[in-house]
Amino acid sequence: MNTMSSMSSTIASEAQAPEEKVMPVVDEKPEDTVLEEGVTVGKPFADDPKFKLRDVEVLYGDSPAIKKISLDIARNEVVAFIGPSGCGKSTFLRCLNRMNDSIDICRVKGQLMLDGQDIYDAKRDVVELRARVGMVFQKPNPFPKSIYDNVAYGPRIHGLANRKSELDDIVESSLRKAGLWNEVKDRLDAMATGMSGGQQQRLCIARTIAVSPEVVLMDEPCSALDPIATAKVEELIAELSESYTIVIVTHSMQQAARVSNRTAYFHLGHLVEVNETSKVFTTPEHELTESYISGRFG
Amino acid sequence: MTDHTSQAELVRRSLKGRYRKERRFRAYGIVAIAIALTALVTLFTDIIGKGYTGFLKTTITLEVTMDPDLMYLDDPTDPKQVRMADFVAPLVAAVDRALPSATEDDQDALRRLINPYASSELRDALIENPEWMGTTRTMSFLAHSNVDVYVKHKGDAAYSIKLTDQQQAWVDDLRARELVETSFNDVFFTSGDSRDPAKAGVLGAIVGSLLTMIITLVLAFPIGVAAAIYLEEFAPRNKLTDFIEVNINNLAAVPSIIFGLLGLAIFINLFGMPRSVPMVGGLVLTLMTLPTIIISSRAAIKSVPPSVREAAEGIGASKMQVVLHHVLPLALPGMLTGSIIGMAQALGETAPLLLIGMVAFIVEIPEGFFDAATVLPVQVFLWAGSPELAFIERASAAIMVLLAFLMTMNALAIWLRKRLERRW
Repeated sequence: MNTMSSMSSTIASEAQAPEEKVMPVVDEKPEDTVLEEGVTVGKPFADDPKFKLRDVEVLYGDSPAIKKISLDIARNEVVAFIGPSGCGKSTFLRCLNRMNDSIDICRVKGQLMLDGQDIYDAKRDVVELRARVGMVFQKPNPFPKSIYDNVAYGPRIHGLANRKSELDDIVESSLRKAGLWNEVKDRLDAMATGMSGGQQQRLCIARTIAVSPEVVLMDEPCSALDPIATAKVEELIAELSESYTIVIVTHSMQQAARVSNRTAYFHLGHLVEVNETSKVFTTPEHELTESYISGRFG
Repeated sequence: MTDHTSQAELVRRSLKGRYRKERRFRAYGIVAIAIALTALVTLFTDIIGKGYTGFLKTTITLEVTMDPDLMYLDDPTDPKQVRMADFVAPLVAAVDRALPSATEDDQDALRRLINPYASSELRDALIENPEWMGTTRTMSFLAHSNVDVYVKHKGDAAYSIKLTDQQQAWVDDLRARELVETSFNDVFFTSGDSRDPAKAGVLGAIVGSLLTMIITLVLAFPIGVAAAIYLEEFAPRNKLTDFIEVNINNLAAVPSIIFGLLGLAIFINLFGMPRSVPMVGGLVLTLMTLPTIIISSRAAIKSVPPSVREAAEGIGASKMQVVLHHVLPLALPGMLTGSIIGMAQALGETAPLLLIGMVAFIVEIPEGFFDAATVLPVQVFLWAGSPELAFIERASAAIMVLLAFLMTMNALAIWLRKRLERRW
């Protein structure tokens, strides 16, 4: 049970445990480390990437939230974004399908390419982009409609099904992929808002994959779920990673370790380190990454 | 080390004070509600107590002999002559016959027991049924409004009885023989305004109100909702939209009579629309209701959880689809409630309509948006200001009709909200 719970509580319990007191006390706090803009240790780049992101800056008004981040995201890989609260990982994630557009004061600079095409090009159609890059949010947010209508909504607006039977097939296969079909097949007409939190989140994932996106962005998808529901969603991510590119923001380091191929560590708007997940958690190259994963701050 | 016992003691002491405050606050609340309820109950008792008699009419049943000689007819078969005949004489003769104590000299006093419009009723009946000429028939007519007041308010100091002692005795006699009776006042609901309180009704005002409200609803709801959606969802945030927003809020606070002046200046003087018509009334009330609808609709849109919006945007719904499929259905209950409350306000509005001439004395029931009409609150205003006492109870009755309308509208608003509200 303990391994399932979120990292923050684990850190808290470990910090209070007496045997942890042997940790060396450093005079200089790791937070005070001066980071150089645009410098990332590890392996931020990949050959033939899905996303090619160069010198990405995000500003809220005049204050920068993301400072010159460069990163590649490969095809069909699962990348986890970790880092302390307010480090910009969610902001960065939301740049990938332009969910920040609705925030008036938010400006994005730099080069963001999806399959070699500029995401922030003035001529770029946001609707088309979001159909290709779907998103699952922190809080389960099903529409106050029936389960069926929730999943069918995306295919309907994009005109993916010509007949009712086609739509039925899409709904069934999406719900199956989300591991929800057996639980809801008899009550597809029931209100989605009446389901449990874990079911709602899996429904949201089904709704996202119903439009067959190439990339699924997940913004702390398990933060509102209990350990059992979290385990189900994680299994689902593992299955989806075979055919989708997945970028997941998480506060749980176990989760990052369990589901991702690569892990990116963010700190105060900087991308500090990117590497194979196993490497990040066993032999981090940057001292900040090490401090964070060993629970010295966060 | 903190002294836990003394700290607990401190908490306990402050608790007493806190509970006392809470009790006092609750008492204030109860007193406030009690005052409000008393005012409401007093208002209703007063209006219903004064007004229920307005829903009763007094009729007088007579054996009328349609005698051609009495009506000064040379040729009773000539419809032209029948039209011009004297119909008062047979009525007076019938009253005379019903009252053995009456003499030749009492003709005038007898005539004043019957409603002045009774003779035209008799004429219409006779023109329709020429075969009745020369026969004697039992017919019911409205009593004179003075008789009406006497029958309903005998002994009430607030009403001065305008009947002579002898007339009073006659009415008492007729009442004892059940020839003078009170019954449900259907006239009140089937006719327009009249100079004679016994003949006055609210149908004209109800139809006028209805026509005016239709114009207001058809214009104000779509315009208000569209403006709210644009301002909330599409408009850029800049100085201009801020300016518009401030001005919409200001408009909501403008006294309604100003809108009447605006209507007079623009719709009537500039556009040359006729006076006293529901069309202009509806336009003026639209202007008055718009800010209310826009403000409540914007509040309803704002209260749609951003998560729903994000969810729709996240699967690639366009701005329009987000608004039409998600924001609007969720905001609709709030929009409808706001609109119905705005409409209820407009229904009760008098001042702006006075300025565009809807205060005229109109007998005919309006048949279209460009027929002269009045509305319920203006009708109440007209009757309440009338010197004739019998109109006062008509005014109270009209207030009850107006209140019934308002309550129906509010009930509709609540029902719609309950029905359309989605929980999650």
